[in-house]
Amino acid sequence: MTASLTRREALAAGFGTVLLPATLSAQPAAKPAEFKIGVTTFLSGPASVFGVPSRKACEMLVDQINAAGGIAGVPLRATFVDEAPGTDHLVGEFRRLVQSEGVHAMFQSISSGSCLACTPLSRELQKLTILWDCGTQRIFEENRWEYAFRTQGYGTPEILAPLLYLLKKKPDFRTVAVINQDYAWGRDSWELWKAGMDALKPGVRVVAEMFPRFGSTDFSTEITRLLALRPDVILSTSWGGELVTFVRQATERRLHERSTFVLPVAEASLPTLGRSMPEGHIIGTRGDHWNNHPAPANPQLFNEFVTAYRTRFNEWPIYPCHHMAQAIWALKAGVEKAVAAKSGGWPSDLEMANAFRGLTFPTPTSTITLREDGQGLEDQIVGLSSFNDRFPFSVPKEMIQFTGAQVSAPVGQKSTDWLKTLKPDMIASSGRSIG
Amino acid sequence: MRRYEPILALVLAAAMITAAIMAPWLRFVLTIALAKGIAVVGILLLLRAGQVSFGHALYVAFGAYVVAFLAPRLNDAVLLLAAAAVGAGILGLLIGLFVTRYRQIFFGMLNLAMSMVFYSLLEKLYHITHGSDGIRVEVMPVAGQALDRVAYEWSIFGIALALAFTVGLLVRLYLSSPMGEALAGIKTRETRLEFMGVPARGVLLSAYVMSAMLGGIGGAIIAMTSRHVTPLLAYWTSSGELVFIAILGGAGGVLGPFLGAAAFELVRIYAAASFADAWQLILGSVLLLVILFAPGGLWGMAARLLGKGGTR
Repeated sequence: MTASLTRREALAAGFGTVLLPATLSAQPAAKPAEFKIGVTTFLSGPASVFGVPSRKACEMLVDQINAAGGIAGVPLRATFVDEAPGTDHLVGEFRRLVQSEGVHAMFQSISSGSCLACTPLSRELQKLTILWDCGTQRIFEENRWEYAFRTQGYGTPEILAPLLYLLKKKPDFRTVAVINQDYAWGRDSWELWKAGMDALKPGVRVVAEMFPRFGSTDFSTEITRLLALRPDVILSTSWGGELVTFVRQATERRLHERSTFVLPVAEASLPTLGRSMPEGHIIGTRGDHWNNHPAPANPQLFNEFVTAYRTRFNEWPIYPCHHMAQAIWALKAGVEKAVAAKSGGWPSDLEMANAFRGLTFPTPTSTITLREDGQGLEDQIVGLSSFNDRFPFSVPKEMIQFTGAQVSAPVGQKSTDWLKTLKPDMIASSGRSIG
Repeated sequence: MRRYEPILALVLAAAMITAAIMAPWLRFVLTIALAKGIAVVGILLLLRAGQVSFGHALYVAFGAYVVAFLAPRLNDAVLLLAAAAVGAGILGLLIGLFVTRYRQIFFGMLNLAMSMVFYSLLEKLYHITHGSDGIRVEVMPVAGQALDRVAYEWSIFGIALALAFTVGLLVRLYLSSPMGEALAGIKTRETRLEFMGVPARGVLLSAYVMSAMLGGIGGAIIAMTSRHVTPLLAYWTSSGELVFIAILGGAGGVLGPFLGAAAFELVRIYAAASFADAWQLILGSVLLLVILFAPGGLWGMAARLLGKGGTR
């Protein structure tokens, strides 16, 4: 009896605490006491291999920025939300953060499905939204968004760069097989690759298209087939634990000796794979932020970031950490630009968002420009897996850097249409060897 | 207790409306809760016959995808709701024809299998369904009225609330009718039912089709509220969620599912807001506490508070 009463009281108390800030949030734009960001990321489930490190990176950078005086003099505060429970929950959480917590900017998400569901909310709730990690090309190619910006590359450059690398380094392949996870990214990335490959090197035979179930732990059937088919190239855009499992099972059966792997999302799995990653295969990192980047634009900042992350969390930063960092650096640059334009006043949500269009902000490795459609142009670096003394895991060698503009579909064009128009002379003209 | 049910329902509805006015984001959460409540009433029907469906998310997802696919052509919330209900009903009839041959764990697992087949189809037919990226649902007119976003959200909330009342009332009538009483007969002793000349399969099938329609309606409202449908709606965890809500709310009365759904959504959102890392643990603990200390669910607890004893 008493237990049920206290629960009811607890529920009522809960209502009270939520209703109070909701009534306070409808005030004109004054300089806030703290700049709140709502971050959606995977804190549970298979994609938490990306989500948890990115959260750590976010917390670390927020601490660093606050120690240095905040953004435009305002300290940052990040609230994290788990993406794992699914769309209806996440959409509700997005609203809660904006309408009840009164966040000033949203950072979302890892999953493309989450991004597609939440980006329209940026317009409805008129809130600055930074897409910090998801890769789907559909966001900015199918719609225009006033409040949403993506501070990193996306599927098209992340697939085209490894493809160009393959065509530059090992142009003689005749057959290709694909083994991708059976969900949107696995299908999309294959479609992009196929469109690009057919335009740049017509006549390559696709010997197998395999889409094992998302979350598979056994690839023996697929590996047997690949061993029998002997494709010259095996593409896999799988990530996380599945990629680790696939590479381990494939190398045990010496698949890597017959075929060249192309693994555009390999970087995040390499620390786990350690020495079991075979050498001489093409690896990508969804950007240019390799831990062994030979010539970052700002070496001091890059080393500081990597060292600080390693010291605090005792692990190497992986690409979601860098993507999170890019989002925060973009936020800093954009908000400070908006505040400067307002000559000291605090900008409204729309003024804040407008400051991001065309914004160029520095990253430790390069700079990123947010195009007029909101898409960021991030450089891509692809290389061959190799080992050296500095790292207990595989890192790239013979790296080639592709600038973001070279490998992204122009504003207003759909990626698959644009990829079909590519000419083979692009292979020689694009990319710059950086050692 | 039955006497108090309508009054309690009105109190609950008033509380929901107040909360939705005071905090706009709660309106969204409560609309979802109402939609899930409607779907869980379907689970409750089957629970009356002692059958647990571990795959009812199939109908919720089907209703949601009906909305997503037909929205460009049949651009009206009322028509889409009807289409989702009818579509889910037909699907329920087809599947019900053979799953109602089975009882207990076989019934539950067959339903689970069906929903996972649908889930896989949604993922595999990538070029039609966009796979895990899902399909977006735009704001649509309601009964011929083009609305702005806030008015639209209020209308969907209102429709969900009105449907919840209608469904609650109809199911109450149904459960006290001979057909509804026969459901309890399936639970206690099916053979006796046959001796009395009541076809047990027919009784269960009609309840199954009804519960499928309720699932479809719930799914359609979810699609119109979250405005983005993904295959996750058909995944077994979503089915589990519905059963969870049914247990949390209690199977004693039709108000139980709505109590359960509101409590579930609120607990989840508060847990996620306060402990982003451990919300699953909190949800699980709440369910364990309910099972251990209030086997009749929230409804049973309310009944005990009113001192009348929750009768079935």
